[in-house]
Amino acid sequence: MPSIIKTISGRGIPVRGNDIDTDRIIPARYLRCVTFDGLGAYAFEDDRAQLKAQGKLHSFDDARFAGAKVLVANANFGCGSSREHAPQAIARWGVQAIIAVSYSEIFHGNCVAMGLPAVRVSQADSEALQSIIEADPKAEVILDIEVLKVSVAGKTFACQLGDGPRKQFLNGSWDALGELVEGLPQVKAKAAKLPYLNAFG
Amino acid sequence: MPILPPLDGSHMSRNTLFDKVWDLHAIRTLPSGQSQLFIGLHMIHEVTSPQAFAWLRERKLTVAFPERSVATVDHIVPTENQARPYADGLAEDMMQAIERNCREFGIRLYQPGSGKQGVVHIVAPEQGLTQPGMTVACGDSHTATHGAFGAIAFGIGTSQVRDVLATQTMSMSRMKVRKIDVKGRLKPGVTAKDLILHILRVLSAKGGVGFAYEFAGEGIMSLSMEERMTICNMAIEGGARCGYINPDQVTFDYLKGREFAPTGAAFDKAVAFWKSIASSPDAEFDDVKTFDASAVEPTVTWGISPDQGIAVGEKIPAKESFAASEQPGIEEAYAYMGFKPGQPIAGTSIDVAFIGSCTNGRISDLRAAAEVIKKHGGMVKASVKAFVVPGSEAVKKAAEAEGLHEVFRAHGFEWREAGCSMCLAMNPDKLKGKQLSMSTSNRNFKGRQGSPEGRTLLASPAMVAIAALEGVVTDVRSLLEGGSVPPGRAG
Ligand code: SF4
Repeated sequence: MPSIIKTISGRGIPVRGNDIDTDRIIPARYLRCVTFDGLGAYAFEDDRAQLKAQGKLHSFDDARFAGAKVLVANANFGCGSSREHAPQAIARWGVQAIIAVSYSEIFHGNCVAMGLPAVRVSQADSEALQSIIEADPKAEVILDIEVLKVSVAGKTFACQLGDGPRKQFLNGSWDALGELVEGLPQVKAKAAKLPYLNAFG
Repeated sequence: MPILPPLDGSHMSRNTLFDKVWDLHAIRTLPSGQSQLFIGLHMIHEVTSPQAFAWLRERKLTVAFPERSVATVDHIVPTENQARPYADGLAEDMMQAIERNCREFGIRLYQPGSGKQGVVHIVAPEQGLTQPGMTVACGDSHTATHGAFGAIAFGIGTSQVRDVLATQTMSMSRMKVRKIDVKGRLKPGVTAKDLILHILRVLSAKGGVGFAYEFAGEGIMSLSMEERMTICNMAIEGGARCGYINPDQVTFDYLKGREFAPTGAAFDKAVAFWKSIASSPDAEFDDVKTFDASAVEPTVTWGISPDQGIAVGEKIPAKESFAASEQPGIEEAYAYMGFKPGQPIAGTSIDVAFIGSCTNGRISDLRAAAEVIKKHGGMVKASVKAFVVPGSEAVKKAAEAEGLHEVFRAHGFEWREAGCSMCLAMNPDKLKGKQLSMSTSNRNFKGRQGSPEGRTLLASPAMVAIAALEGVVTDVRSLLEGGSVPPGRAG
C-alpha cells in the first residue's frame, strides 16, 4: 500500500554504460512467470555471466556492493521493452532508488508506479557518483527527494525529478490506482461522450 | 552533457493530432499534476498481464470496461508444435493464466486456432479495432505501431495494465510533439524499414525521450498502411513512447470492411471525425526534423542498439565518429558483435534468417520476401537456417491463399505458425551460442534472440530474404537490374 517516500539512504551500486536495455536488466526467458517474486536473483544475469567468462565481475556479483540500495547508472537506462519485470527485478534485488542521467519513459513510469524513485543527474555527476562509490563501496548515499539532492562522502549533487512524481512520492500517492478509481463516475461520463463509443453520433 | 528537461516537462505543441486526441481523452488533473487519461482500446497479452490480474483480485477490483480490452497470445506460443499442454511448463502456466483471467473478467481472447490469434500489434489493426483518434495502450512497448492509424498509442508497464483494467484510464503526463518531416519518396529496393532504421540512426536511440513523433511528409504519406505500421512500430527504438501518422484516405480504405470498423452511415460519420483529429495546417510542434526519403539506402544494423545502422554499402563506423560519451557503447558493440571498424557490412556471413515480428510480419512483408526469392531463384544456403513466421493467423491464411508458403518452402525456408517467435525468443525459437541472425524484427539488443551471446542484424524482409539465399549480407538492389517490380514495395 502507498506510503510516503522522502529520503532513501544506503550504500550505492554502480552500473556503468549508456542505453542499458531491459533485455539486459532481465533477459526474456525470465518473463515466463505469472508473478514477479524471485526475479531479483536474475537481474543483469547475462551481463554478469559474460563478465564472469572474461574473468571480470559485474557490480551485482561484487561482494563489496552486496546490500546496496541506490543504483547509479548513466544515460537512457531501461530503454527497450516495457516489461515491468525490469524495475521489479532491480527492486527485488534490494535497490530502493535509482540515479541516472536519463531513463526510457516507460521504465521511469514503471518505477514511479512501484514506488521506486528514479532521479536524474548530469552525465558528469553520474560518473562522479559511480567513481565515489567504486572507491568507497561503504559510503552512504543519501537521496533527498524533498530538496532534490544526493549526498555522499561529503559531496552534494543536484538531481531532478518531475514535479508530478516528486509530489507522488512525498505525499504517498505514487500508486495512482486509488485516485483513478475515485474518478470512475467521470470516466463513465467521458465514455458516454467519445465519438467512437457512441456510433460517431 | 546538459541535464535533459524533466520527463513531465512543459510542452508547446498546439493543434497537432496528439493535442487533439489527448484533449479528447483527458478526464481531470490528478493531485500529482498528471492527467487521468481515458484509454479507448486496451490490448492484453500473456507476458505482462498475469500480475495485473492478480493485483485486481488482491484489491477486490473488477474490470471497468471489459469490452474495451482484447487479449491474444503471442510471445510464448510455439510456432512449430502448438498442441496443448505446451512442452514448456512455464509457457503452459502462462497460457492457463490468461485463459482464466479473460474468462473470469469477461475479456475477449483470441486463441490459437481461432483464426484471429497473432502478434497483438498485428491482430488489432487487422480486426479493425485500432482506429484514428483513439488512445491505445498495451503492456508492450511496440504499441506505438497503432499510431500508424492516427491513434495515440503507447506501451505501459504491468502496474498500469492493472490501472487500465480497473478504470479504463491511467495517470500520465503529456508529451512534447516532434514532427519528423520526410520529403521525397523511397527509391526502388528501399523500404519503410530502411527509412525508420535511417531515422533512428540520425536521431539516436534516446533522441525521442519525452516526445511523441509525428511522421509526416510525402515520404510517409506515400506509404501503404502496413508500411506505416513498420515506421510507427519502431518509434520506441528512438526513445519516443509513441509515434503516429495523420489518417488519410489510405487509412480509411484499410479500415473499411474490417470486423470492428464502423459500417454504413456510421462509417461516413467516422471518416468525418477521423479527419477532424488530424493535425491542423496551423499545428505547432515542439520540434521539427527533416529527412529526405530519396537519400535512404537499404540499411542494416551492425551493433547492439537499433540506432547503430549503416547503409548496406557502408563500412562499420569508427568510434571517433561518435560523441565521446557514446564511445564506450560503440566499443562494447564492436566487442559483442565481433566486428571491427572499417569492415564492410556487406559480405558478412549469417547463420540464421528470421522473417516475422510486429515490425515486418504482415502480408506485404511476406510478399516482398517471396518476390526477392522468386527473382533470385536460388536456395537458402546450407549454412543458414531460414524461417518465416507470419504475424498472425490471418496473415498466414492470406499468404497460403497466394501460395507464398510454397515459394518459401521450395527455396528452403521453414514456414511456421503465427507468433513473436525469434523476435524475442521466449518460445522454443532461439539462437545458439554466438550465431549471427539477420532479422526483420526491431531489436538487436544483446541476447535478444535467445542466446546470451547471440547477435542480430536488423533489416527489411527483402534484405533478409536475399541474405538467406546468398549466405551473406547482400544489397537487394543487385536484383533490380533488368527492372520490374522493385522488391520490398509490394502490397
Ligand atoms: S513481435 Fe517482437 S516486438 Fe512485437 S510484440 Fe512480439 S516480441 Fe514484442
